[in-house]
Amino acid sequence: MKNSRRSFLKIAGVSALGLVIKPVFNTFASSEEHAEHLKPDFSKKNNALTGKRWGMVIDTRKFQSEEDLKPIIDACNSIHNIPDLKVKNHEIKWIWEDEYEHAFTDSENEYVNERVKHLPFLVLCNHCDDPPCVRACPTKATFKREDGIVLMDFHRCIGCRFCMAACPYGSRSFNFRDPRPGIEHQNPDYPTRTKGVVEKCNFCAERLAVGKMPKCVEVSNGAIAFGDLDDPDSTVRKLLKENYTIRRKPSLGTHPSVFYIV
Amino acid sequence: MLENALKGNKGYWTLIIVLLVIMGVAGLCYLKQFTFGLGITGMSRDVSWGFYIAQFTFLVGVAAGGVMVALPYYLHNYKAFGKITILGEFLAIASVSMCLLFILADLGQVQRALNVLLHPTPHSVLFWDMIVLNGYLFLNIIVGWNVLEAERNSVPPPQWIKPFIYISIPWAFGIHTVTAYLFCGLPGRHYWLTAILAPRFLASAFAAGPSLLLLLCFIIRKVTNFDPGKQAIQALAKIITYAIIANVFFFLCEVFVAFYSNIPGHTVHLKYLFVGLHGHGVLVPWMWASVIFMTVAIILLVNPVTRQNESILMVSCILIFIGTWIDKGLGMISGGFVPSPLHHVNEYVPTILEIIISLGVWATGFFILTILFKIAISVEQEVEA
Repeated sequence: MKNSRRSFLKIAGVSALGLVIKPVFNTFASSEEHAEHLKPDFSKKNNALTGKRWGMVIDTRKFQSEEDLKPIIDACNSIHNIPDLKVKNHEIKWIWEDEYEHAFTDSENEYVNERVKHLPFLVLCNHCDDPPCVRACPTKATFKREDGIVLMDFHRCIGCRFCMAACPYGSRSFNFRDPRPGIEHQNPDYPTRTKGVVEKCNFCAERLAVGKMPKCVEVSNGAIAFGDLDDPDSTVRKLLKENYTIRRKPSLGTHPSVFYIV
Repeated sequence: MLENALKGNKGYWTLIIVLLVIMGVAGLCYLKQFTFGLGITGMSRDVSWGFYIAQFTFLVGVAAGGVMVALPYYLHNYKAFGKITILGEFLAIASVSMCLLFILADLGQVQRALNVLLHPTPHSVLFWDMIVLNGYLFLNIIVGWNVLEAERNSVPPPQWIKPFIYISIPWAFGIHTVTAYLFCGLPGRHYWLTAILAPRFLASAFAAGPSLLLLLCFIIRKVTNFDPGKQAIQALAKIITYAIIANVFFFLCEVFVAFYSNIPGHTVHLKYLFVGLHGHGVLVPWMWASVIFMTVAIILLVNPVTRQNESILMVSCILIFIGTWIDKGLGMISGGFVPSPLHHVNEYVPTILEIIISLGVWATGFFILTILFKIAISVEQEVEA
């Protein structure tokens, strides 16, 4: 008697648990709302720029001072709704400037020439061919596209920050708070982010899709070139053939897609 | 057996209520973090993991440390550990629960946590960490509960439990190995990029876990008539001695490799931790305290005269627990992030809210532990009566 009541309660308990788990799982696992009237268009536009492996060549000889870099950084910040949050611990950076010894920690040279020593270098996500961040991400929220661009899915990211620990270039930022109050003029063509997700430079994938070059390239007066590293006739390949270029931390084997002419 | 948790003396209920109050206060602080974001912590772009992940790392060690009593008892039939094996298993349950809570507390988007199951990603170590931690929790609940129930009914444990017991022993090594792999497979983080990280984690785990278990045994012996027995205490003390020696030895190997090769990437983090870098050295006194505590404990434990004195043994266990906690729960994570990959020194200090939330998780763990130990000891007393 006692036994049968006990086993009945066990079965009833498990059944009730099963009924409860499904809706809870649905609620927690999905944070997207499927609205019927919003039918997104995923088709490739005819004017989209396509490549096998996008890459960037930055000609640092064309920069003299921070003043030359500011418009480039500002342009990126404004079109991507990157907030200015006033607190250093909360800062978000996609493309920014740093000195040679910080950008190229592998190439320490205390007697490097005066120009390079004091020159500000642009640093951004390297869109590595073998990206450690993609390897680390437990949800594939950061992933490498077939054209070599390493992207973030802001809606899938759980904010574990494993990718930030994995990135050897310090190229990733985390939204420690709601970024929207820090955006002065919102660009409606690019999404704002929510608190608790990671973000970084996306090589302007949203602009390539509509036939435009990355914003930093567009406003650099020819100092930054962008193109397909896989295409021997591309601008970037031509520049790489004619100039000596360096990459950041090449010894780590991540194969960065951003090159610097020094 | 659960009904045993509902009967207790005044001291037992006072402890339960104190823990519940801490959990409540921490819960309110967590609500603040949930609404504002992780900006309430001391973390930044450069130090993107902090106190939460450090506590998680340390507590995985405490959970794995339980295997140091389970292994001799189940595999070598070492009868002296008969009474404390169940305590080791229950300590593992409480520790792994804390680990999981610390991971959840550290997530930026906790409501999306199940994405890890929805999009399984085998090339991410975090995916495997989720599997081993939850698996270990499940194994200890199954084994602990059934073995205790069998003891209560004065029958041998059921046959079907055997495979679970045998799996749980290598699994314990697995949880801390996988946790070390979270750190030591990352390019550009030279402080963690070392093959000895997993062995070092295990050595400190087998010192810290059994130390806490011994301290808990001393407390229980004081407040109840439960006695783990002299033989068990001394055997555990020897295990702790070997483990802490191994831990310090592994650390010294690290120091040798870094400073004899003199590769800046390897020395710079140790310099930051032990002497400071560019005028930043918030962890310097802590790290020296850790090294001194562990060294003093080794001296006290190696000598059989001092080891067999239970007061000195207790002090040694406290020193080891605090020493290993500083090493893993403070230095290991911050030390890996400072200086940053671009060689900037941005230090990390946890905020008050962060510390209260962490205390809340610890209180939750001790709440689980108190209830489980209460059940285990009540059963032991029933059997003896």
